[in-house]
Amino acid sequence: MYNQTEIIKDTTDLGPEGELVINMGPQHPATHGVLHLVVTLNGETIKKIEPHLGYIHRSIEKMCESLTYRQFIYVTSRMDYLSSHINNLGCALLIEKGMQIEVPERAKYIRVILSELTRIASHELWLGAMAMDLGAFTPFFYTFREREMITEIMEETCGARLTMNYIVPGGVMYDIHPNFQKKVKAFIKQFKEKVTEFEDLVTNNVIFQSRTKGIGILSAEDAISFGCTGPVARASGVRCDIRKLYPYDVYDKVEFDEVIETAGDSFARYIVRVKEMNQSIRIIEQLIDSIPEGDFVGKTKNVLKLPKGEFYTRVETARGEFGVFIVSEGGTNPYRIKFRSPGFSNLSALNHMAAGSKIGDLMATMGTLDLVIPDIDR
Amino acid sequence: MFLKEYISDVYNGVTSLLKGMRKTGYYFLHPKEIITEQYPDNRATLVLAERFKGEVVMPHDQNNEHACTGCTACELACPNGTIKVVTKFDVTPEGKKKKAIDALVYHLELCTMCNLCVVACPSDAIKMVPTFEHSVFDRSKLTKILNKPASKIREGIE
Ligand code: SF4
Ligand code: SF4
Repeated sequence: MYNQTEIIKDTTDLGPEGELVINMGPQHPATHGVLHLVVTLNGETIKKIEPHLGYIHRSIEKMCESLTYRQFIYVTSRMDYLSSHINNLGCALLIEKGMQIEVPERAKYIRVILSELTRIASHELWLGAMAMDLGAFTPFFYTFREREMITEIMEETCGARLTMNYIVPGGVMYDIHPNFQKKVKAFIKQFKEKVTEFEDLVTNNVIFQSRTKGIGILSAEDAISFGCTGPVARASGVRCDIRKLYPYDVYDKVEFDEVIETAGDSFARYIVRVKEMNQSIRIIEQLIDSIPEGDFVGKTKNVLKLPKGEFYTRVETARGEFGVFIVSEGGTNPYRIKFRSPGFSNLSALNHMAAGSKIGDLMATMGTLDLVIPDIDR
Repeated sequence: MFLKEYISDVYNGVTSLLKGMRKTGYYFLHPKEIITEQYPDNRATLVLAERFKGEVVMPHDQNNEHACTGCTACELACPNGTIKVVTKFDVTPEGKKKKAIDALVYHLELCTMCNLCVVACPSDAIKMVPTFEHSVFDRSKLTKILNKPASKIREGIE
């Protein structure tokens, strides 16, 4: 346990003379949230990075213990708010698995399409924000223009732009909006036209490339030992896409490639995410015209009771593997609930990746980890 | 060798920058394609999706009647205690006692717009509306009573 004096000692008592300790955050514009990094520098070279967490701890796991199985799903939107839909899906899948609830095909299709839209929206926001951290402001507006189309689709169908709470155990809360298919197709069309803009503005930009290539290298072994998942691990050559390895809903019916790069540097992580957006578009294109007719939610009991035992499911969010673990005593509330969030493990690799590089490169390394702080600090 | 690399670096740098600038310039000259909304000024023309979850309301018909039976299903479904159903007993013309709502108290400041109450309601007595400008100077103004004064339950709803 930390106490106050220990924390103070921790940050001031480091090393011999010539070392400089910089507190980056909790109110730093590039940390996109209240992340506090204690950076120990030797000149301009990073010796050590220590993340201090807890600024927005809301005790979500404990809170979920007092909510019923229907109610706790909405709280998970508040963790990784950029993949809120996929978080909700993970929780719903666990309850469906535990209670053997049959999910109608239509609901599965809708869920997957919306998950992929969420993934694109999340990557778009990341792309803009990371380019902004590196000093390029224009891409931010362009990516938000595309993202706005997705949030409009979400608003129309789910009734909210960010924390949708659209998924319920057994299906989705209400049917898709009549305009849904039309709007998604319009989005795909616009996305395909405009995706070259990012390449002109960011990917092929010499400044961007020299700021990211060879920066923040993470080897495949390290990625595994730090528990990195998602685009971060895939950029190091680790196969870890849950959609491929343990397909859920209709991911086993669609064709898509797991994007793997082997360089392990910041540029590879960037490329993985850009290519993943194209794969998401591919998935949506296969599903959007063939959404089957039928119910959008299966028959469930009014009061859900998970049988006694332990349950675990995982889904692939935009950041990596999101796992839900529930210990049930057979009642209406979970006895204990634990979320495995991708951001937390990805952050743990930061010290290893950035140590020895210059402080200016920290932005590129941290930006391409795609950290969402509420996801880390649950 | 060094000079050659230097020159090609400069060349690549300039061309990639110009390419980017061309995109920026295109949008500068085509303001129609910009999608920014002038929010507070465009209130009159602002269209929100009809499903947008902004606030829970209880619709009343022209006779000032609603469909709420006072069953408290919404109160039980709400994850954070936003709704409180206060019930009373009405006496029907036949002299029987009948449960009815006295007040459906709704704390807008606690609501997370999760829609669980609307889904749980067996008689569709409440719904979400897309109002979103909820700022007030006093928090107590956010505690609302959803059933209108002197409203009654519609005939035929059990
Ligand atoms: S929308 Fe959710 S939080 Fe708000 S009153 Fe209904 S159940 Fe409660
Ligand atoms: S609003 Fe609906 S759920 Fe709530 S008490 Fe009235 S009838 Fe029951």
